[in-house]
Amino acid sequence: MLESAGQMIEPLERAQAESVHHRPGFTLSEGAFRKILYLAGISVLVLLIAIFFSLLLASMPSMKALGIRFLTGRTWDPVTSHFGALPFLVGTLVTSFLALCISILFSLPISIFLGYYHREGKASSFVKTVIELLAGVPSVIYGFWGLFFFIPIIRFVETELGVAPYGVGILASSLILAVMIIPYSASLGREVINLVPNDLKEAALSLGATRFEVIRKVILPYARSGIFAGILLSLGRALGETMAVTMLIGNSNFLPTSIFSPANTMASVIANEFTEATGAIYLSSLIQLALLLFVVTTVINIIGKIIISRTSVT
Amino acid sequence: MKDRTLTRRIVADRIFQVVVVFLSFCSILPMFFILFFISKNGISSISWNFLTRLPAPVGETGGGIANAIVGSALLILLASVVAVPLGILTGIYLAEYRKDKFSYLSRLSVEILMGTPSIVIGIIAYVWVVKPIGSFSALSGGVALGIMMLPVIVMSTEETLKLMPDSLKEASLALGVSYPRTIMKVILPAGLSGIVTGMLLSVARIAGETAPLLFTAFGSPFMAANVFKPVSSLPLTVFNYATSPYPEWHALAWGASFVLLVFVLALNLIAKLGMRKWKVQF
Amino acid sequence: MESPVLAVDHFSAGFDTNQVLKDIDLLIEKNRITAIMGPSGCGKTTLIRCINRMHELIPSARVSGKILLDNEDIFDMDAIIVRRKIGMVFQRPNPFPTMSIYDNVIAGYNLNGIRISKGDRDRIVEESLKKAALWDEVKDALHRRGTFLSGGQQQRLCIARALAMNPEILLLDEPTSALDPKSTAHIEELVVQLKSAVTIIQVTHNIPQAARISDYTAFIYLGELVEFGPTEKLFTVPKDKRTEEYLTGKFG
Repeated sequence: MLESAGQMIEPLERAQAESVHHRPGFTLSEGAFRKILYLAGISVLVLLIAIFFSLLLASMPSMKALGIRFLTGRTWDPVTSHFGALPFLVGTLVTSFLALCISILFSLPISIFLGYYHREGKASSFVKTVIELLAGVPSVIYGFWGLFFFIPIIRFVETELGVAPYGVGILASSLILAVMIIPYSASLGREVINLVPNDLKEAALSLGATRFEVIRKVILPYARSGIFAGILLSLGRALGETMAVTMLIGNSNFLPTSIFSPANTMASVIANEFTEATGAIYLSSLIQLALLLFVVTTVINIIGKIIISRTSVT
Repeated sequence: MKDRTLTRRIVADRIFQVVVVFLSFCSILPMFFILFFISKNGISSISWNFLTRLPAPVGETGGGIANAIVGSALLILLASVVAVPLGILTGIYLAEYRKDKFSYLSRLSVEILMGTPSIVIGIIAYVWVVKPIGSFSALSGGVALGIMMLPVIVMSTEETLKLMPDSLKEASLALGVSYPRTIMKVILPAGLSGIVTGMLLSVARIAGETAPLLFTAFGSPFMAANVFKPVSSLPLTVFNYATSPYPEWHALAWGASFVLLVFVLALNLIAKLGMRKWKVQF
Repeated sequence: MESPVLAVDHFSAGFDTNQVLKDIDLLIEKNRITAIMGPSGCGKTTLIRCINRMHELIPSARVSGKILLDNEDIFDMDAIIVRRKIGMVFQRPNPFPTMSIYDNVIAGYNLNGIRISKGDRDRIVEESLKKAALWDEVKDALHRRGTFLSGGQQQRLCIARALAMNPEILLLDEPTSALDPKSTAHIEELVVQLKSAVTIIQVTHNIPQAARISDYTAFIYLGELVEFGPTEKLFTVPKDKRTEEYLTGKFG
């Protein structure tokens, strides 16, 4: 078996000798490859910075022309060149916060369901899969569905209440927004609740606590900051949501007066008016709205990540 | 006294459990509503004609979404060209330079980009591509969607490569294989399934995006032929036709929604299966 | 010593502020088995990893001194060339999971882009698997993935893979510590037969194994080379008290 040990056939010897010294010329050297990797590593940061400065630059004309009146003005009328974005700030904040409140009512229970009651098993995989699929449904389909599901219901309610039966408006868009952020905040919440150490839960149970009490007194306090971060990140998500909101908010540039008013958010007014915007200030004002959205969502994301990194073990 | 408190606590526990289950159940209902609505109204529109014809003018029936399907495919292709090579390289960087001080900043940037509203990215693509070229184009839409694909590919590549055992790298390096070849010919192929799964997820994410296309690809009733011209896409079609006043166009919107929904859900399910099989998690 | 193929010359190594090896002087004889033994953490694994410059994978590694391969300092050579001349087999078998057995053996050529004819390639694979005493067991399954092989077989595959590069020296880092006794015996037998083809340096914490198979033994303790010499002499009449204490099991 080992007779050939120590004896080489000539061509093999050649090949093996070559193998020692062979350095194929076209291969990338290690230094060059590592430089390419560094460049790739920088690229996303550069991209973000470029996005910020491009938006800033494009917003300059309207910033110079309008100053602070942009944020405080209540009238948005391109015809008379009035660009007060307050209605959209209000529309965005109201719909997002309303959606957030409604969604917490549902996402917190799911987080508890998946993170505590049913961490494994068929029920858990089923619910988890549906939640993940819900998170993947395109915004425009949510909007389309909302048009035929929520609008008739709201119109009915409005008629009963004697309010103008637009159907569309703040309430409709808040509802669809709530449905859309539930999967997102539910996943975040579930991960956070999952991380609560087993020994804490077992200690409480062994002292005779009911599961309700374990949740109230051990899990939720422990996971508090993680859940808060999840809520914050969901808010960030809601602020930027465009299509479903655009389809259900009624496209009105007036300051909303009630929950049934048609309105616009920063994102929806851009979606509705950008392609028809004529005039440098008009376009620049819309871009300024985009800049505002970018800055706010970036800040929210950073704060959320900082909170999560402080609380997680990794 | 003790008994009554105990009973109260147990009752509270039970009620809470019921409430949690009930609310959880309510939260997943929308999926079934949506599936039901879209299928019920959309399936009837599906036919070979529907999938292969261009949209008909207002008032005529029998139009189709062929241009939207081809347009979506073109946009996804363009986006992939932009995002896949850069995304994989960035993912390799994050996995290989885990302890580098700079990689923290890089990873944070990826996460911020992931959470950036899609309409903002549409505006950026407008400023960077539409303005210089002078018209709406498939190219600008591809750039916008590519920027949105990028974070998903980076994160999935990084997570996959982090799972690769060090022994693999050591075995290759000990044979006198250079570092670049070790990464590209040993580590990357070993993680191929995870990376492909990440690509599926990223395609699922952008296939349904409308906002970034509103003023980049813009939409067109014609078949996609030129990357420098506007192009249609499935979600744009849904949006435009759903919000139009013509009932024939509503029918088109239902059909397009059905096709889009089935496609996106299928991709997501396949990707989840892949993740479960190869035990990756991103 | 007649013909040293490797000379370790005033060699020290450390990571950051942690000094692992202190001023090691060692001569490795050609076509012999040299065992490097010592208790856990003494630096023996670090030493052989420096010999094929794998220590450079850790950014904080620093070395001083020379390691001469055929009178040429390996730190003056390209690390890649060093690793082709000095092969390594690891503690846990690590065949490439996505490659077939055939491709695993020839991996050193494939991955480096070295072109050889199919005939040569087949011959190298067969030769290497025969030298690693694995040929008979896998010759009918060459194109299947190596993952179905047992631990001992996988380790022999890794040995074949290293041998295919025709290295001058083969470094074995505790190659049998993850294997069962039967596979261990197989590999020990194999190593003894291999020495006529290639010089072997084996790290082991298994004292009887070192006694069984090696021609020379180096005893390292707390980063210092305590004693080095022909195995028989070192084991029967150790010159240093610490060697004697280690051999008699006073510390592990």
